[in-house]
Amino acid sequence: MKEKLLPTLIALTIAAVIGDILILSFGQSPGAVYRLLLEGTWGNAYGFGQVLYKATTLAFTGLAVSLGLRAGLFNIGAEGQLAFGGFSAAVVGLWLPSGTPALLAVPLCIAGAALGGALVGSVPASLKARFGASEVIVTIMLNFIVLAFLNWIVATKLHVAELLHTPDIHAGAVPRLASVIPGFHGSAANFIVLLAIAAALFVGWYLFRTREGYELRAVGLQPAAAEYGGVRVGIIWFRALVLSGALAGLGGTNYVLGYKQYYEEGFAAGAGYLGIAVALVGRNHPLGVLFAALLFATLSQGGLAVNAVVPKQMVEVLTAVVIIAVAASVPEVQRLLRVSRKPA
Amino acid sequence: MSGPAAQAPPPAIRAQNIRKAFGPVVANARASLDVTLGTIHAVVGENGAGKSTLMRMLAGIFPPDAGQVEVRGRDVTGWSTRDAIAAGVGMVHQHFMLVPTLTVAENLILGQELTRGIRLDRKAAEQTVESLGAKTGLVVEPTRLVADLSVGEAQRVEILKVLYRGAHILILDEPTAVLSPPEVQDFWRVLRKLKSDGGTVVLITHKLDEVMEISDTVTVMRAGETVGRVSTRDASPASIAKMMVGRDVVLAADRVALGAPGAVAVPPTSDLRPQTSSATALQVRDLVVASSRRDREVDGVSFDVHAGEILGIAGVEGNGQAELIEAIAGLRAASSGSIALGRIQLTSHTVRERADRGLSHIPEDRHRRGLILEYTIADNLILGQQYEFSKRGVLDRRNIDANASTQIKGYDIRPPNATLPARALSGGNQQKIVIAREMARPFSVLLAAQPTRGVDVGAIEFIHAELLRAREAGKAVLLVSADLVEVLALADRVAVMYGGRIVLIVPRAEASAEGLGPYMTGATKGDAA
Amino acid sequence: MIILAFLAQTLRIATPYLLAASGGVLSERSGIVALALEGWMLVGAFCAALGAYYSGSAWVGLLAGVAGGMLAAALHAWTTIRYRADQVVVGIAVNLLAVGVTRFFLRLAFDSSSNSPRVPGFDWFPGTAAGGGGGGSSSGLFASLINPLVLCAIVALFGVAWLLDNTPFGLRVRAVGEKPEAATSVGVGVMRVRWAAVLMGGALTSLGGVYLALDQHQFTDGMTAGRGFIALAAVIFGNWKPRRVALACLLFAAAEALQIRLQVLHALPSQFVEMIPYVLTIVALAGLVGRAMPPSALGKVAE
Repeated sequence: MKEKLLPTLIALTIAAVIGDILILSFGQSPGAVYRLLLEGTWGNAYGFGQVLYKATTLAFTGLAVSLGLRAGLFNIGAEGQLAFGGFSAAVVGLWLPSGTPALLAVPLCIAGAALGGALVGSVPASLKARFGASEVIVTIMLNFIVLAFLNWIVATKLHVAELLHTPDIHAGAVPRLASVIPGFHGSAANFIVLLAIAAALFVGWYLFRTREGYELRAVGLQPAAAEYGGVRVGIIWFRALVLSGALAGLGGTNYVLGYKQYYEEGFAAGAGYLGIAVALVGRNHPLGVLFAALLFATLSQGGLAVNAVVPKQMVEVLTAVVIIAVAASVPEVQRLLRVSRKPA
Repeated sequence: MSGPAAQAPPPAIRAQNIRKAFGPVVANARASLDVTLGTIHAVVGENGAGKSTLMRMLAGIFPPDAGQVEVRGRDVTGWSTRDAIAAGVGMVHQHFMLVPTLTVAENLILGQELTRGIRLDRKAAEQTVESLGAKTGLVVEPTRLVADLSVGEAQRVEILKVLYRGAHILILDEPTAVLSPPEVQDFWRVLRKLKSDGGTVVLITHKLDEVMEISDTVTVMRAGETVGRVSTRDASPASIAKMMVGRDVVLAADRVALGAPGAVAVPPTSDLRPQTSSATALQVRDLVVASSRRDREVDGVSFDVHAGEILGIAGVEGNGQAELIEAIAGLRAASSGSIALGRIQLTSHTVRERADRGLSHIPEDRHRRGLILEYTIADNLILGQQYEFSKRGVLDRRNIDANASTQIKGYDIRPPNATLPARALSGGNQQKIVIAREMARPFSVLLAAQPTRGVDVGAIEFIHAELLRAREAGKAVLLVSADLVEVLALADRVAVMYGGRIVLIVPRAEASAEGLGPYMTGATKGDAA
Repeated sequence: MIILAFLAQTLRIATPYLLAASGGVLSERSGIVALALEGWMLVGAFCAALGAYYSGSAWVGLLAGVAGGMLAAALHAWTTIRYRADQVVVGIAVNLLAVGVTRFFLRLAFDSSSNSPRVPGFDWFPGTAAGGGGGGSSSGLFASLINPLVLCAIVALFGVAWLLDNTPFGLRVRAVGEKPEAATSVGVGVMRVRWAAVLMGGALTSLGGVYLALDQHQFTDGMTAGRGFIALAAVIFGNWKPRRVALACLLFAAAEALQIRLQVLHALPSQFVEMIPYVLTIVALAGLVGRAMPPSALGKVAE
């Protein structure tokens, strides 16, 4: 347990120190800035709503990356899978006639998002299973391909005049939280947040309670033993990357169904890459991913809250610092803990 | 012998009272070595006898915990590789340290590059390879990529590397392990040339036929100690084998006969069931299996294992046993030949299918194959049986926990906490998990590869009892072990594997340590069954 | 004349690719994954703009850019070599850090969130001071090629090839990237070699960013726009062999130049041309154009 939490704590400490330095360089007091950050995020309903909204997307991409990592695979393609998933949801929403009951339309759109992401995920999945091609590079390259493709399709076929987004979907919109809790008025938070929680529960159940999850984790931990245990490693890889893609694709529903009710170019805004950070800081565990998603969402929204005083880019810097610090401290912590633990 | 007035040159290497431990494992205790300058000196012993450890200390890879080392009269105890290389001592390892994508010449000069200004002087490097090759007989084309070389040629490059760095005392670790017979002959020519040029060669090996053929003197090691030093002229394979495998084994066999404490409970010879009437549970015919080293790591092996018997395959590790077991289990494809379980041909069966048909497997490397160290004891106890312990895709936790509870109690696994990760257990208890699991499924054939390696004495007895229990229950057990005592204690029939072949199969009554030793070390080149 | 203009355009587009890819080749051949080329370039661009602005000299800008790039590379090397952090994660994080840091200091130094003020460049030929000879006059285009960085770009990969094949250091880099144990067994310090390769790689890559900033006479937020990834794609598509990587860079640049020419004809949508480098890389990885042969020790934990 120590091994899991220590790197995160170290990383947060380092980030706090660097944050202090950056804040001071702008002639501000760190204490005041951090207070402002907290007030702007968890201190008021609108801010918290924004945090929830951003955390929702990050939860999906974080779950996607963490599932892949559990199988020993690095899915860097969450960005493209997320965008394509959102696009797919929009397409389904446009194809459905308006007036379709929400009970039917919403699940269909959500399914569309998952399938879209899974489709994109199936490319590195089959290349890995069949050719052993590095999923790291394939997913990175595919991101650019997918984003270029989406850019083309929206720009030429599916856009509203002068803008880079699709028309409003006819059905499948998901209401904002504000419709139920007035305090959230104005924020983008919507009921997809429940889907994110459900997804986390599903991933937890899948990984730790099903036979497939048992085999998947085995492949990630010790492929030779998994092979000995009768597991077909190539099939597990394929399954993991497709599922990972589907999870990332689901993230697209947050924006497309819950917030704007259309697909817009660039809505992903780096959430796919940040998903890697979320998975890393959350130590690849669904619960950890949810907390990490909240953490990074808080940072992101907090940056906006303090922007008048300190550039919001400071938050971007700190986010990257956290990632690097966690990555660097994981092997070091492992080494130190193993050394101190003498065999019985 | 020189005259009284002349002084003999100091020995090339003299090591005394060497002790080296790695944590709790004592690799060398009271080891010694005395190598005369200008001779070819063989160091023999079984796996784990401590030969490689001793040689690595000579080469400066790590220092001894106690003892002295002298090279040509100079005290060099605890020196570094750099010192060793500078003093002319070069070690050629069993696993080559060559970069496959570089040429021979490039590999030769790496780290000690020949330059003209800031440029690499390729011409000079190539010429060095050629001239050294002509001088020693180690001929290799300097411009060829190492990846394209045969194993024998790659070895030549490794030796050239140390010679290039000025070595005249060469330490070679199992150099012929990867060579074919004609390559071995070439290799002897090279060694003899090196010797006639004034070099000294220390040869680590376990192959006695080669020791007789090439060496001048022999040092025998056993269990970390040096147990003998003889001139080859005065020795025979049998006498050396006896020293290698010798006293302890006889004592153990005596213990067994007397039923003394510490003995394994083995029924007396007369109780061993004759196997002629039993059904054949496992049938292997003309099996050929490739490894990364050789195309015929398993070189046409055939044998049967009958229900209710233990067939023990003895042999020093590295003679194809690991690949044989992997091929039977389905973890490695066989190049040719057949494997049958009862009446079922296994050739196209997956690992899981073979397990479902009744094949259990205790793998030789429990950390790599047998367990997932981060998984709990309970989860490890169902590895390979996850389908049996799940209902409609969902793990049946209650069943898994009940299973864990039963196994932990039945096999006395400690600490008896099913939620502990396997990593937290001792080697013996980890092995118990593997055995409990493999014995719990319905099986007709059990493969047991090095089942007591790295396991404490108490657990060893227990594991042996389990294997005997399987036999009593009418199962067929294929035991592969480098521990001759173990094989002799458990097996109904004893086979010896050497060089990828089964060179002997005899009933237990006809087997003895002295008799088997020569077969295990290749001293007799007989083929059997 | 049109052909010449096309070739000139290709070279112009290829310059940052060639420079970044040369840095990428060095790093990856030594065994360190070069996912951070984008970040190193961006830092190089920003520092170049900063240096050129405050000194009024393009050369100072160049030096500043290289220093910045090497600093970014040093962070990369420190975390992956000394602390054995996962190289892919660090690569992505360095890219994110570069974006954040450049934006942050853009605010701090120039009080802008989009671009720096105008900075001097290598305006050796009259007419180039107008900035960006993209679709403008052909004389402007040719003139903009008279630039030490373009010359650097042309020779960079050949230089790296020569270094790898003909110097002791290059030999050690190749050894360390393929089989570090072999290098250790002959006393070559694996970590030291990798540090050197990554730092040199950072310097070369940052020149790509320096070129961008000085050529456009300003730093713009995110101006590298994915060029670092195209350079990485070139490294992979060129099978980690410098001369082939150079050809890959030219190929990708030619496709872009062609697309610009064809834009008038609406022949192929620009987005599909954008995809070409990435599609080719995936195709290469699937082994459809011969086996991809990365350095064997690439990405593995440096012991």
